Amino acid sequence: MTSKPLKQVHLAAHFPGVNNTTVWSDPASGSHIEFESFKRFAQSAERGRFDFLFLAEGLRLREQGGQIYDLDVVGRPDTFTVLTALAAVTEHLGLTGTINSTFNEPYEVARQFASLDHLSEGRAAWNVVTSWDAFTGENFRRGGYLPQDQRYERAQTFLDTAFELWDSWGPEDVLADKDSGRFLGSASAGTFGHHDGHFDIEGRFNVPRSPQGRPVIFQAGESEQGREFAAASADAIFSRYSQYDEGRVFYDDVKGRLAKYGRSRDELLILPAATFVLGDTDEEAAEAAREIRFQQVSPATAIKFLEQLWNTDLSTHDPDGPLPSFDPVESDVDGLISQGRASVRQHRDRLDAAAKWRAKAEAEGLTTRELIVEVTGRQAFVGTPQTIAETINRFVQDDVADGFILVPHITPSGLDPFVDKVVPILQELGVHRTEYDGSTLRDNLGLAHPDRPEAKRVSA
Amino acid sequence: MTEHLHLAVALDGAGWHPAAWREDDARPADLLRPSYWVDLVQEAERGLLDLVTIEDALRLQSEDPFVPDERTDRVRGRLDATLIAARVAPVTSNIGLVPTAVVTHTEPFHLSKAIATLDYAATGRAGVRVQVSGRADEAAHFGRRQLEPLSSTRELDWSDPELRRRVTEAFDEAADYVEVLRRLWDSWEDDAEIRDAATGRFIDNTKLHYIDFEGRHFSVKGPSITPRPPQGQPVVAALGHADIPYRLIATSADLGFVTPHSAADAADIVGRIRTAQAAAGRAEETVHVFGDLLVVLDDTDEAAHARKRRLDERAGAELTSDAEIFVGTPAGLADLLQEWQAAGLTGYRLRPAALPHDLVRITEGLVPELQRRGAFRTSYATDTLRGHLGLSRPANRYATTAQSA
Ligand SMILES: Cc1cc2nc3c(=O)[nH]c(=O)nc-3n(C[C@H](O)[C@H](O)[C@H](O)COP(=O)(O)O)c2cc1C
Repeated sequence: MTSKPLKQVHLAAHFPGVNNTTVWSDPASGSHIEFESFKRFAQSAERGRFDFLFLAEGLRLREQGGQIYDLDVVGRPDTFTVLTALAAVTEHLGLTGTINSTFNEPYEVARQFASLDHLSEGRAAWNVVTSWDAFTGENFRRGGYLPQDQRYERAQTFLDTAFELWDSWGPEDVLADKDSGRFLGSASAGTFGHHDGHFDIEGRFNVPRSPQGRPVIFQAGESEQGREFAAASADAIFSRYSQYDEGRVFYDDVKGRLAKYGRSRDELLILPAATFVLGDTDEEAAEAAREIRFQQVSPATAIKFLEQLWNTDLSTHDPDGPLPSFDPVESDVDGLISQGRASVRQHRDRLDAAAKWRAKAEAEGLTTRELIVEVTGRQAFVGTPQTIAETINRFVQDDVADGFILVPHITPSGLDPFVDKVVPILQELGVHRTEYDGSTLRDNLGLAHPDRPEAKRVSA
Repeated sequence: MTEHLHLAVALDGAGWHPAAWREDDARPADLLRPSYWVDLVQEAERGLLDLVTIEDALRLQSEDPFVPDERTDRVRGRLDATLIAARVAPVTSNIGLVPTAVVTHTEPFHLSKAIATLDYAATGRAGVRVQVSGRADEAAHFGRRQLEPLSSTRELDWSDPELRRRVTEAFDEAADYVEVLRRLWDSWEDDAEIRDAATGRFIDNTKLHYIDFEGRHFSVKGPSITPRPPQGQPVVAALGHADIPYRLIATSADLGFVTPHSAADAADIVGRIRTAQAAAGRAEETVHVFGDLLVVLDDTDEAAHARKRRLDERAGAELTSDAEIFVGTPAGLADLLQEWQAAGLTGYRLRPAALPHDLVRITEGLVPELQRRGAFRTSYATDTLRGHLGLSRPANRYATTAQSA
């Protein structure tokens, strides 16, 4: 055994999203839209010395069977606006927003992120997502005409263009020198031009360089193209692989792609989403986790999940009976029974997936609902605070991940038990900060500032 | 009894005089810092003002309203106004927050949820001033449409039919845009969230509505992803200098900003807006008309004029503005405000020549003066922007059952 220095565990908090993770029926469950909830949640994360808060986004309410999906929390705030408001009630917490590169324009998104970075004094991050469906496009001027295979091409040019806009101002361009009367150091500050098949734009960007130079870039997407996009351009990946084996494979795969872009392995962090359930004993936690899973998958929700795979109306199917005996229905994207879910969650090979579900249900004697409980979103970390802290630490030291984006199942108080009980143990293990040592999100993540690339990660 | 005036302050950079940033108390290096905006808006709130507006544009500032320049001796660069308002919202409690948003190049779906979210963060104090862009450089930042500059000179020639056609089209699009904002704000009924454990339903989806807007420039399906904001309908404002924009104010806004240069001018403009309002079937609705004034305020007329001269010299040119420029004392300004109020204005949007100087003369000089005259509130009576403006919380256009107010 060599005495490699311990990696620090990066922790982040995902404001519970619009999906069935959130148990809204719990008496402790509060508002998902009022600012007080966001404030309380963010302040808990900051109390736990987390790196950042994370918000997902979907630009059209989800539908199933032609109806607005009503079983999960529905409704969310505008990402930029709520993150900027949160900057007023936190000091160190990074603010990561998921923003789509299909239904936005670079000039506007670049100025919104630069503004967030200024107004939070260096805490902005952008999770670049590429959903391109025509269903979502119906809410926008530009519509949803992007062919699927162009989504990352547009995302890459969008991001390149955003970089050009942010870099169009140098750190010294604003002099604001009252004595000499020079406000700008250069008459051409902000000048840019980008001309290709996606964007044909030029002029002057109007937000001077922000504290982080550029916001931190996240990527969430799993295809080959998505991984290359991350390896080329992202500072961090939001992934789904929180389990040991799958996490190791994903970690090695993505980190292995960095060299060809001239980047080192510590320039891209892998941060999977992870749920957790705490208990006084491991058995008690396991029992609580099981109960929560059944709350998350009500009989009605189980049927909806089943419909998403079978791609047909199963409203009369018995959730406490076996899986349907017939095969799923194939259709093109526009004909799917479920619309508006991040495409990654849509099933790719229905017949194959249904066969696997049936085999598992038969082998283990599971009803439809029990099977759905098993195959959809089991909690990542279940146990005593000690067990969870040790597991998280082991996963990080073993390169399953560089840290985790925690998704509590209760809003807004669900993070508190983790902060109160698990964080102190991680601090004692010497793998999580007791005080913030920098002022920007790049500092929290140990990422270099683009204007000072020599200032490399210190922890790692 | 004297009708109370409504007062707004228009925040922009270091103030509305191009040399303001060089004043001793100016903070030009802080214009992009959150504390700068928090300090200004908190000062305005100490003065019990109805609201602040925050200027914005999707381009760099320029001396000429229609053409860019390469000057280095003026304030250049700004932050997104909606986000400045969001940053200020949690640390203020009563004052209305009305950022400017350019409608010509942005998505109504995005702006609608941004202002709804601002209304949540500010617990009922959000508004938005919609602004039409007619500049070629701004269009080139988006590349979606080509625009020739509306004018090659500072003045628009309203006798030019091509100009009138283009301006009409741009403002018709803005009216469509506001219609989409408003429908999206109503696309959730207030009681749509039911959390019904028995059926497992979080919402009653019959209380969410497609807005199905189809216009010449865009169509939007809806519903919004953000539930109906606390005020139901955040306040919509627009600035106008001519009949075409007056029509937008009359058909679509709750609050118009106009630029009269005399009491008679004010009466004429208000008359035009009221006529257009009646034509739009909104005669019964409250539409405020605020006069815009650029103000240079000091304790004596001499001091104010001397300061203006000094600022003009620094700038190398005499101050010009679309709005009337008032140079004098808070008491003198109070006289003018009351005189023009009698002509039909319901309030004013004051543009401080220099920040914080002229803002503080408003909060510490003008406001007490108006209060002595019984013409301005002595404390906030409500904590929403609609409340300050005497606007009730509107019924939801899509609700079939009676709504609680
Ligand atoms: C963990 C994870 C979270 C995601 N979250 C979002 C989201 O919040 N909003 C969104 O529009 N897309 C989201 N996506 C979708 C991706 O951005 C991307 O569009 C999709 O995964 C398709 O790309 P791919 O083929 O590379 O996976 C998410 C994807 C993953 C893997």
